[in-house]
Amino acid sequence: MVVETKQDVRSMVQEITAPWKGKHGGVIPVLQETQKKVGYLSREAMEVVSEELGVPLAELYGVATFYAQFHLKPRGRHIIRVCRGTACHVRGSGKIMDKIMSMLKVKENGTTDDLRFTLEPVACLGCCGLAPVVMIDDDTHGRLTDDEAALQKFLDQYA
Amino acid sequence: MALYRAHVLICHGTGCASGGAPKVLEAFKEELAKKGLEKEILVIATGCHGMCEFGPIVVVYPEGTFYSQVKPSDVAEIVEEHLYKGRIVTRLLYKEPLSAQKVCHYKDIPFYGKQHRIVLSNCGYINPDNIDEYISRDGYQALGKCLVEMTPAAVIDEMKKSGLRGRGGGGFPTGMKWGFCAASPGDKKYVICNADEGDPGAFMDRSILEGDPHAVIEGMMIGGYAMGADEGYIYCRAEYPLAIKRLQTAIKNATEYGLLGEDILGTGFNFTLHIKEGAGAFVCGEETALMASIEGQRGMPRARPPFPAVKGLWGKPTNINNVETWANVPRIIVQGAECFAAMGTEKSKGTKVFALTGKVKNTGLVEVPMGITIREIVFEIGGGIIGDKKFKAVQIGGPSGGCLVDEHLDLAVDYESLTAAGAIMGSGGLVVLDEGNCMVDTAKFFLEFTQRESCGKCVPCREGTKKMLDILTRITEGKGVPEDIDRLLYLGNQIKDASLCALGGTAPNPVLTTLKYFRHEYEAHIFDKKCPAGVCQSLLRYSINTEKCIGCTKCARNCPVSCISGKVKEPHVIDQDKCIKCGACMDNCPVGAVVKG
Repeated sequence: MVVETKQDVRSMVQEITAPWKGKHGGVIPVLQETQKKVGYLSREAMEVVSEELGVPLAELYGVATFYAQFHLKPRGRHIIRVCRGTACHVRGSGKIMDKIMSMLKVKENGTTDDLRFTLEPVACLGCCGLAPVVMIDDDTHGRLTDDEAALQKFLDQYA
Repeated sequence: MALYRAHVLICHGTGCASGGAPKVLEAFKEELAKKGLEKEILVIATGCHGMCEFGPIVVVYPEGTFYSQVKPSDVAEIVEEHLYKGRIVTRLLYKEPLSAQKVCHYKDIPFYGKQHRIVLSNCGYINPDNIDEYISRDGYQALGKCLVEMTPAAVIDEMKKSGLRGRGGGGFPTGMKWGFCAASPGDKKYVICNADEGDPGAFMDRSILEGDPHAVIEGMMIGGYAMGADEGYIYCRAEYPLAIKRLQTAIKNATEYGLLGEDILGTGFNFTLHIKEGAGAFVCGEETALMASIEGQRGMPRARPPFPAVKGLWGKPTNINNVETWANVPRIIVQGAECFAAMGTEKSKGTKVFALTGKVKNTGLVEVPMGITIREIVFEIGGGIIGDKKFKAVQIGGPSGGCLVDEHLDLAVDYESLTAAGAIMGSGGLVVLDEGNCMVDTAKFFLEFTQRESCGKCVPCREGTKKMLDILTRITEGKGVPEDIDRLLYLGNQIKDASLCALGGTAPNPVLTTLKYFRHEYEAHIFDKKCPAGVCQSLLRYSINTEKCIGCTKCARNCPVSCISGKVKEPHVIDQDKCIKCGACMDNCPVGAVVKG
């Protein structure tokens, strides 16, 4: 996932953009794939996308900053998404967010210094029956409480 | 197909899957193999059963025995007792919250009794990854009927006769919408499925896509045939990875069967389907913003007209419907428009799927005929309020919707009645609130959401929602001033009138309806500096009951700001000036001497 050199980024992004050249509607899928491979949308990667698709960098920047999914800064190895949908809210997701923030010493949308975790709020994960819910990477964890020991055990599963 | 004497259906909806359903499935396969029953009993991963609160759910057919909250460690017992010896494992049966009785069969559970599952008829019943199972349940029969027996105009006519209205929230008659797009000149047209379900508290579309993806695909193809479109897009939230995976499998299988692609069923009809992953913007649920997003731009709504039916995706005539609307289409064609129109109220036909959540005993997905009352949904299907607390309100329609209160409990739910009561049908999120929920806090929560998701194009929405949120925040912090209520009303109405799209047009609704029905709560926050529900932290005051306090010092030791003083075995006191109202003292007190109020 971590890309070392500029040349790596260039060839990787070129590979991603190739099927979209001369077609319309490629910007978002290309940015999604680039982010998946590079880890975030670095300036170098965005410059290559711009060159390859013939879309001005400013426009790409506009798209990348509009959508919540895109990130212009490096992110943690594991993404913690604390649901703050309605059902989770009324069942106490706010307390869980506060607790994880103090445990990891990060703010909302922040990344720990060791790049282990990035902590984000998310609108609704759509499993309201399990509220309150936290998603770590692709795993959904439901019916949580703000009990520190239990949360610690659950974070420890992600190195 | 091989014959099996029993089927074990294991729910793999998101709720059950995160509750451990995949491990339960593995355990079943292992246990059955141990007993040499793998050729007699088939284990299937299904879509959502709707009863997410009690997952993982396992249903054994042919009897229809319904087991809830099954753990991998329970599996050996089910295999040994039920599947081998034919004795039901009573311990794992679902316990009905009202009567506390164990219920054996799926069909006898009150949660399902009042429901009328049409769109969800396959969810939890078939394996969504297996196209043969969909076909065996009349799947793709509607498509065949349309392509072979019906003209495009006849299909649109049938949709008009059914009275189906858009299930994404707007409630526009679907047949009429299709008619506009069909009448639009142009040799290239598109159909789009809006699966950008972003309302907090709503998961209907997700469950349909995960449980019965082919129904949506078939609906879109029928729409494509009726309107003359040969290409379709499903715009799905990236937050729904399982739905996307199931759609990909479904499209692949349908293509292999010749049901997607060129010259479908030898009729000369061509149709291709693409999946577009959303990138996390709530406003993309608005149709013009959604099309901008597919085109690779910022997802900002534009003015209509021109409507998408005239000038849509890449400037071509386009029809957008939401997941539930598309999933209704094959059923209407197979069963006939009359059959569909026989359900519901005068102006709202058919059924509606609601995501029932919040402080209700049975949370989950429910499909009910239009015209059912809120009381039936909350108290009969939902089983009433958790802990038998007092019902306060239901918030319906998500951040664009409003609250319904006691007096609306017997309101027959349809598009018109909800709008008249100040709420909207919306996409179908139904969040039940009890006396422990603060209405100002609830309104603030929704506004925080819409404020964050405003795309920023229209000033009233971008700046107005921010100002409203500032006022609400101030009120919940005990800094509200008497003029605030009038300011909220004024701003709210201005934002509704002056915004381009439905996001701004409905964003003030949660505030306006809570002001209408719960003005006294706002007043209590502003004038008395009190939160009647005890939710707004700044307005709380913790104190120690000196008669109950045993002087164990536990509260003082756990206070993060050391604001509690007192000697061992003597009553303690909280210094109100230093207290940060975290509640740690209350949580730690062994005798319940700390009181909040």
